Amino acid sequence: MLGSLLIVFREVMEAGLIVGIVLAATQGIAGRGRWVAGGIAAGVVGAAVVAVFAGSLSAALSGNGQDVFSATILCIAVVMLGWHTIWMTRHGREMAGDMKALGAEVVSGERSLTAMAVVVAVAVLREGVEVVLFLYGIAVSTHSGPLAMLGGGALGIAAGAALSWLLYRGLIVIPLHRLFAVTGLLIAFLAAGMASQAAALLAGDDLLPAFGYEIWDTSWLLSDGSMLGRAAKALFGYSDRPMGIQLMAWGGTLAVMTVATRLARRQPARP
Amino acid sequence: MRYVSVVSSLWLAACAFVPHAQAQDPVHLEVRDHHFTPDHFSVPAGQRFLIVLDNHDDTTDEFESYDLKFEKIVVSGGTITVHAGPLHPGTYKFFDDYHPDQATGTVTVTQEP
Repeated sequence: MLGSLLIVFREVMEAGLIVGIVLAATQGIAGRGRWVAGGIAAGVVGAAVVAVFAGSLSAALSGNGQDVFSATILCIAVVMLGWHTIWMTRHGREMAGDMKALGAEVVSGERSLTAMAVVVAVAVLREGVEVVLFLYGIAVSTHSGPLAMLGGGALGIAAGAALSWLLYRGLIVIPLHRLFAVTGLLIAFLAAGMASQAAALLAGDDLLPAFGYEIWDTSWLLSDGSMLGRAAKALFGYSDRPMGIQLMAWGGTLAVMTVATRLARRQPARP
Repeated sequence: MRYVSVVSSLWLAACAFVPHAQAQDPVHLEVRDHHFTPDHFSVPAGQRFLIVLDNHDDTTDEFESYDLKFEKIVVSGGTITVHAGPLHPGTYKFFDDYHPDQATGTVTVTQEP
């Protein structure tokens, strides 16, 4: 039971950290609860569908289907995070200044919310597939007390959700005018980390050049296998033995998001 | 349009650097009753290699290694291929993430003389 609790908790934590940041980043935009909940629901449904087709997905694209699929959805999330950051740069100040002025921006706000709902859906989908397959495996295998294991799984989901809620609560105590600067930074790192993970998946299958397989080794300090290492990976793409291409993708994404934000700040928001 | 051609030529240049030297035949593993067979194998240091895994269990497994940097789902009756390496000499662990207590194995990386 403890084993299945830990496995499920780990996956839910990875998606949950992202959801927590998204919730904090969309603080104050009308109707965000609906969009984020919709994103989670879409992710869960998507995870179940992907789990059903896991076998054929695995065999697709000459055996690289799983990795190409994961890399693709990660790239979609990176683009959506970039879009949201630019939108927040243009509108965040007004939102922090006068919440009531937001009425006119509802349409535009919904566009940003759609982007964030996609990010949430992608995060839940990615980790959810593993949870669904794992729990389904327990449910169909008769040995080793499926009830206790499923109980562990349910507790794991609850604990993971609680952790992301704590992160969210921790973030929103920051005053609103500071909050968007903090979440903007968190989201830039989130996007850079996702780009780095996508690069690692593709380079792992030799679909991208790796440019060096072990630029450094910090596994003695923080191992990829530890709970903290996995949280660091989900939050900013930490890897204890990164490939060169991961560093490029990480730095490149961060640079592009920083420059795009600067440019967006210079231009006034469209009426 | 110019950017597209610049980016694509960079891409092609980058791809030319991909070392495709796969020095040896793929390592074949199978998992049955949540145990790897063989649960130990050796590869030379500094080379990229392939592992082919057949899943003979009636459950879906996730073939994973923190050291070898792969994590891949293999359905019941399915076969997957993962790339790994190049590695420094040493012993590294791999496991089935869905049955981490039962299905584990190690790979020893040896220095070529």
